[in-house]
Amino acid sequence: MMQPLPSGLLHARKVTKRFGGLTAVKDLTLEVPRGALYGLIGPNGAGKTTVFNLLTGVYKPTEGEIHFDGRRVDGRPPYEIANRGIARTFQNIRLFSDMTVLENVMTAQHLRTRQWLVEAVLGSARHHREEREERERAIELLRIFRLDGVAGEQATSLPYGSQRRLEIARALATKPKLLLLDEPAAGMNPQEARELMDLIQSIRNRFSLTIVLVEHNMKVVMGICETVQVLDHGVSIALGTPAEVQRNAQVIEAYLGVG
Amino acid sequence: MGFVRKLAIVAATVAGLFAFNQAFEYGVGDFQINPYYARIINLVGINITLAVSLNLINGLAGQFSIGHAGFMAVGGYAATYLTVFHGEALARLVGGTVMSGAGSVVVMVLSLTVGALSAAVAGLVVGIPSLRLKGDYLAIVTLGFSEIIRVIILNIPAVGGATGFTAALPITNFFWIFGVALLTITIVRNITNSTFGRALGAVRCDEIAAEAMGVNTTRHKVLAFVISAGLAGMAGGLSGQLFANPLSPQNLNFVKSIEVIVMIVVGGLGSITGAVLGATTLTILPEALRTVDQQFPGLRMVLYALLLILFMIFRPQGLLGRKELKDLFRR
Repeated sequence: MMQPLPSGLLHARKVTKRFGGLTAVKDLTLEVPRGALYGLIGPNGAGKTTVFNLLTGVYKPTEGEIHFDGRRVDGRPPYEIANRGIARTFQNIRLFSDMTVLENVMTAQHLRTRQWLVEAVLGSARHHREEREERERAIELLRIFRLDGVAGEQATSLPYGSQRRLEIARALATKPKLLLLDEPAAGMNPQEARELMDLIQSIRNRFSLTIVLVEHNMKVVMGICETVQVLDHGVSIALGTPAEVQRNAQVIEAYLGVG
Repeated sequence: MGFVRKLAIVAATVAGLFAFNQAFEYGVGDFQINPYYARIINLVGINITLAVSLNLINGLAGQFSIGHAGFMAVGGYAATYLTVFHGEALARLVGGTVMSGAGSVVVMVLSLTVGALSAAVAGLVVGIPSLRLKGDYLAIVTLGFSEIIRVIILNIPAVGGATGFTAALPITNFFWIFGVALLTITIVRNITNSTFGRALGAVRCDEIAAEAMGVNTTRHKVLAFVISAGLAGMAGGLSGQLFANPLSPQNLNFVKSIEVIVMIVVGGLGSITGAVLGATTLTILPEALRTVDQQFPGLRMVLYALLLILFMIFRPQGLLGRKELKDLFRR
């Protein structure tokens, strides 16, 4: 039977993920419209990162379906999902540690280049041109993140906040339609967090992105997200604008416990 | 770089290698190189090919293979077999003999090609099942593979069995050895500085992040492994057809694989320049230590081992770390 095509960019329908006896995510339905800035919040262990891992193909859902840009993606390998246009950052930064800042970004451009291995081996003129163009594109991207000055530094030698920015830059280098940010403000001071909010807003407009972010920093979530969905113990308990969610009794209970 | 310029560089390299080869074999004026030294230099060249090719998979892609001797054996025996049993017919096609002129060029090129292809196919067969898994499975599988190859060869009388392939014709010379070494260095260097090479680096650093950035890790690892195996096969073809240096099962056991690993570790894992230095040092060192043996018989290998241990204690990152020649001249 033909399934009706979901209207949004990302659509997860009744997704469940079990690890043995533990149900990490249960019957989650997620509908992210094109161009949205969507927040996914919840107390520790609510299953937020598991959702990201399901969306990016690191895990395969036990039940349910995930549709992205009109096609079904659940169960596809991560590199294929990245190719379809979903990029992500990681909660515990996963930069390519012994590469330079520039190489990190150039590596992520991998998907969108037209290099042939044979040409690389032969060192053809076209290959050298491609390499040059890729380098220029990478530096341009780094400039947006104010990281062009440290392009030659080893990625892990950067301060923490810069590493987080670099991870976003690297994700953007794959030219995604959907960007998943896993706690982008973690470990940042209020000043850095504020700058991050501006940065997220500006890249969304500049690259016409759809962004889903998992975050603990409520100032960030409430400040930039248009829609917020709250998870608790793997179950979606609230969905609405930040103001609506903040007033929701169930959400307050999940965060603070029953008084 | 323009096509014409590149062609000129290739031509100049070939001419240079040829000139060196002539000097090597016939001497310059009255000077004739000591055959013992000549032999060590040739072995250095073969080991450079082995080390640089292994560096692609162990150093760049970060996968631990200990089966390089196995691929060397597959390629070496295939190449030698072609020369021994079909070389005469092939040389006749261009109206020459196996041992000289155009005949030897044709035979050598074909035999090395066959060696590279057969080793690459072996690499594909071993790589596909073992590289799909994350972790250290590759080490065990490659070790097992090279032992299986060794035992199979031991039981084929046509290629000499336990005695080794002594029927081999000595068509390898300086020209081919260093031609292949330069080719290997060029191929591996060009791969390193490409999207493909960076993707391999990503696999080494963090496989999960690499996949999330769109790198098909299995495909990349297998492809790198196949290329590495093919180059080792060429080294095998050169080694087996070097004068009085027949391939034999006991010389192609896992100790040979370890030897190559030691070369790239000493040179600096991931560095091509390092692999070249490591191969050179570790080919010459045991020979240089022979003088010790004359006074204290048996001490040579003890000293060799001791030097390696001390080296690893005081310079665990290897001679060059991840640096290349060009990085040394910067600043």
